[in-house]
Amino acid sequence: MPQIFRNASGGQIDRSKLLRFTFDGKDYTGYRGDTLASALLANGRRLVARSFKYHRPRGIISAGVEEPNALVELRTGARREPNTRATTVELFDGLEASSQNRWPSLKFDILSANQIVAPFLSAGFYYKTFKWPPSFWEPVYEKIIRRAAGLGRVAERADPDTYEKANAHCDLLVIGSGPAGLAAALTAARAGARVIIADEGSRFGGALLSERVAIDDKNGDAWTDAAIAELESMPQVRMFARTTVFGRYDAGTYGLIERVADHFPEPPAHTPRQILWRVFAKRSILAAGAIERPIVFGDNDRPGVMMAGAARAYANRYAVQAGKKVVVCGNSDDVARTVSDLGAVGAKVVAVVDTRADAHTADVGRPIYRNSVVRRALGGQYVQAAEIGEVGSGISTENVECDAIVVSGGWSPNINVATHLGQRPTYNPEVVGFTMPEKLGEMTVAGAANGVYDTAGCLQAGERAATVALSALGMTPKDAVVARDIDEGPHGNLEAFFHVTGAEGKCFVDFQNDVTDKDLKLAVKEGYDSAEHAKRYTTFGMATDQGKTGSLNGAAILADALNATIADVGVTTARPPYTPVALGAWGGHAVGAEFMPTRRTPMHAWHEEHGAVFVEAGLWYRPAYYLRSGEKDWLEASDREVLATRGSVGICDVSTLGKIDVQGSDAGVFLNKLYINGWTKLPVGKARYGLMLREDGMVMDDGTTSRLAEDHYIMTTTTANAAGVMAHMEYCHQVIWPELDVQYVSVTEQWAQMAIAGPKSRDVLSRIVDDFDISNEAFPFMGAAELTILGGMPARLFRISFSGELAYELAVPADYGIEAWKGVMAAGAPYQITPYGLEALGAMRIEKGHAAGQELDGRTTADDLGLGGMMSKAKDFVGKTLSGRPGLVDPMRPKMVGLRPTDTTQRVNAGAHLLPHGAEKVIANDQGWISSAAHSPVLDSWIGLGFVKNGRNRLGERLLAVDFVRGREYEVELVSPHMVDPKGEKLHA
Amino acid sequence: MRIDCPYCGLRSIEEFTVRGELPKKRPAADAGIPAYVDYQYHDKNPRGRNIEFWQHTGGCRAWLMVERDTITHEIFSVTDVREAS
Repeated sequence: MPQIFRNASGGQIDRSKLLRFTFDGKDYTGYRGDTLASALLANGRRLVARSFKYHRPRGIISAGVEEPNALVELRTGARREPNTRATTVELFDGLEASSQNRWPSLKFDILSANQIVAPFLSAGFYYKTFKWPPSFWEPVYEKIIRRAAGLGRVAERADPDTYEKANAHCDLLVIGSGPAGLAAALTAARAGARVIIADEGSRFGGALLSERVAIDDKNGDAWTDAAIAELESMPQVRMFARTTVFGRYDAGTYGLIERVADHFPEPPAHTPRQILWRVFAKRSILAAGAIERPIVFGDNDRPGVMMAGAARAYANRYAVQAGKKVVVCGNSDDVARTVSDLGAVGAKVVAVVDTRADAHTADVGRPIYRNSVVRRALGGQYVQAAEIGEVGSGISTENVECDAIVVSGGWSPNINVATHLGQRPTYNPEVVGFTMPEKLGEMTVAGAANGVYDTAGCLQAGERAATVALSALGMTPKDAVVARDIDEGPHGNLEAFFHVTGAEGKCFVDFQNDVTDKDLKLAVKEGYDSAEHAKRYTTFGMATDQGKTGSLNGAAILADALNATIADVGVTTARPPYTPVALGAWGGHAVGAEFMPTRRTPMHAWHEEHGAVFVEAGLWYRPAYYLRSGEKDWLEASDREVLATRGSVGICDVSTLGKIDVQGSDAGVFLNKLYINGWTKLPVGKARYGLMLREDGMVMDDGTTSRLAEDHYIMTTTTANAAGVMAHMEYCHQVIWPELDVQYVSVTEQWAQMAIAGPKSRDVLSRIVDDFDISNEAFPFMGAAELTILGGMPARLFRISFSGELAYELAVPADYGIEAWKGVMAAGAPYQITPYGLEALGAMRIEKGHAAGQELDGRTTADDLGLGGMMSKAKDFVGKTLSGRPGLVDPMRPKMVGLRPTDTTQRVNAGAHLLPHGAEKVIANDQGWISSAAHSPVLDSWIGLGFVKNGRNRLGERLLAVDFVRGREYEVELVSPHMVDPKGEKLHA
Repeated sequence: MRIDCPYCGLRSIEEFTVRGELPKKRPAADAGIPAYVDYQYHDKNPRGRNIEFWQHTGGCRAWLMVERDTITHEIFSVTDVREAS
């Protein structure tokens, strides 16, 4: 299909580069330099979308990011991207786009019948209709709404592209590269300031690219090209094209999204799709231009109705005619400029409609209707005629046949990004728009974004804003941006006009969310009389375009309905992002395995080689169990590991435990503050179990700490809490007890540590220690020593036990970890030493009634765990006072107990609640819960730990475990948590 | 937001961890439950200027007193708690 709406010459497109693309499967062509929108228009493609609620036919109304209608699905497969604005998509060869929100096809959309039932789809429709009965919401209403009101479809496969995050710093960030932005950047850069200038477009120049402007005898392009070339030549300037400044955050922080490769079918090799920039700017200038607003008239959404500025942009930049027979309607001298630009590309202007009684546009040479307005667009899937009538008359007097209606209600300063920190814009009647106050922290608003619409004024405003910025930076401007001879079309003399009253048809205020003038009036009638309330009730301004085109018209209509002024009504709050930012960009590289850092112990490779199945413990990877050939599942492996350890000897990698080295003359005193039990009297060469509380009296962490010298302790924490305990220690020391002479450092990663447990553990270790008496007498339970092993390897040995067996923990510097592990394995071979993982470790600690993470959940006290007796009465410690609160010493609190199913074939699961037999299964009858569960091969039964009200005095009682999640119930008996070797005889052997 | 750490200079927010409002001094060991409840739970939570505890967790690990406006996030002063008297 030929590009019948493309002029043979002109524009900034490269006619030597023909690009093929498809829309809804149909083949079209365009040129390099086109957007998808300009190429569709060149091909005469008007109908491009169906609207959100009514499924009305929609066309392209803008040429920029504000586009509310022409949202399309771009690409296919894993790169399919919904809701992209055709007006900002750069055309590339092979582009595939399709319309969305229609079924079965764009031309014939069954749900457009919604228009017929439109009276029921008015403001607050969802709130009014779908609230009863409540049981219908999820199964019925939500499904219907989602099918009917969805926008595009997201890709159903993982995004194959990469995204990056980066930071940049500058003296001045210039947002926008129209005349104001370029003048500002030039002024600041010439003075030596470090400048970043960003523009969302593929080329710099802003309005200079789309309007016919001659600066200093050059056409707009040439001046712009020279300005860009000068900026590019300066090393202190960074230029970001295809980059949107989407958010302003505190202290001069800005969010930018650079679309590095969106204009290619797929990113070139080693190139990210997009980069999310965080820019720290000492000063900024918002020169984001202005957004043209429509006039609200009947059926103003018919394909073929277009903004005048967009029609000029398509004519001047892309050599595309908005129509063959065009009606131009407006309320300022922009009308004349539009007529002239359209004529230049061969579009016939059949009527000029001006709301002003004294319109100066007599010289346009077309039939002119003064004091008149287009009251309604006639036609179905595209415009066929404009209904024209006098302003305020309430009647239409003439129909003019046309295929396009080009309309302007004036421009609204694009202040969006300036408002992100909460500053409110004020209504400026001279501008007929909302502008920002001058005092805006580090930001200055300049040019059209501040209501200045002529090129000379924008150049001056940019220069002035840069001078203000330079002065704040302590710099002085050097060379002025001299451009004083400017020739551009007529503009200005605007007379405010927002809304045709009494028009037939639907008068849309918010195209993207299908909100009409009637909806806003209804909202007011029903009491939603603030802009923020009306917005939420009608969803006006709440679509992805955030009401960029419609907000002032909406405010004007609300003001009318409320008998108030636009200033009284105000505008709704804009929030970042200015335009949608893909989630992939926020994720950057932090996806999949790179989502978090990975921590591996020094023995990781050995575990891998020996069949370990890993489990993530925080950032760590730990062996859960070692699966041997012939074993069918984790349970079989875990049971084997437990029995081997309890029967002979096992070895477990415990390097992930937090290790903190504490030194100084007050080290013991400091530990006294942190732990509920005492440390100053711990002899050198001894280890002790410690429990620490938060200041609110709840248990924070536990672990074993050993005294290596008078002023030297080595503390261990649980794997999960290592970082938190370190920060807690720093807080206690720096803030509460700074007078203490103590230093401490995390040595978690400096030491590899392994538990060697089981009745044969001493025999194994005796074979690798160098000249060290490891006998029970010389090195009893809770001994701690520094020694060497395997002929000179430095090591620390602790006789401590989590499994309840005769056991040791051996620590060596991390780089020796694998050698030490192999040495122990070799020494243990005669005893069939068995590596065990977290499952077996868990089973053994539950058999012994040792609390772990599931029990230390931030809601338990020391006494809840049965460790209340450890609390020293002789000293102060963190949490001492508040742990004495009445609620925390209530004997009826849930206390930790052991749990055994009365039917030993029943599996026990953590999470089940415990209730008396026969009691109604409601929370009021709840007696407690199961916190941990494991299979005990020793007892040949599932077992658990749990918390039961007053549990320690209820041993022997039977309760019903109710597991709503798994739909199971079984009886358990309350027992002592010490279910294996309750007297600890093995420990001391 | 950035915090000007007295040791590391102006650093980005993600290097810091906030603990909350600067509490009163930790009460004496025998001050009793009400004094500790006040210390632990009762914050002023003002709108506007406030002094907060932040730790430079991703840097020098110092606990800092940061005087900050809770509305604008403007930071007025940053002091190491050990330097503050």
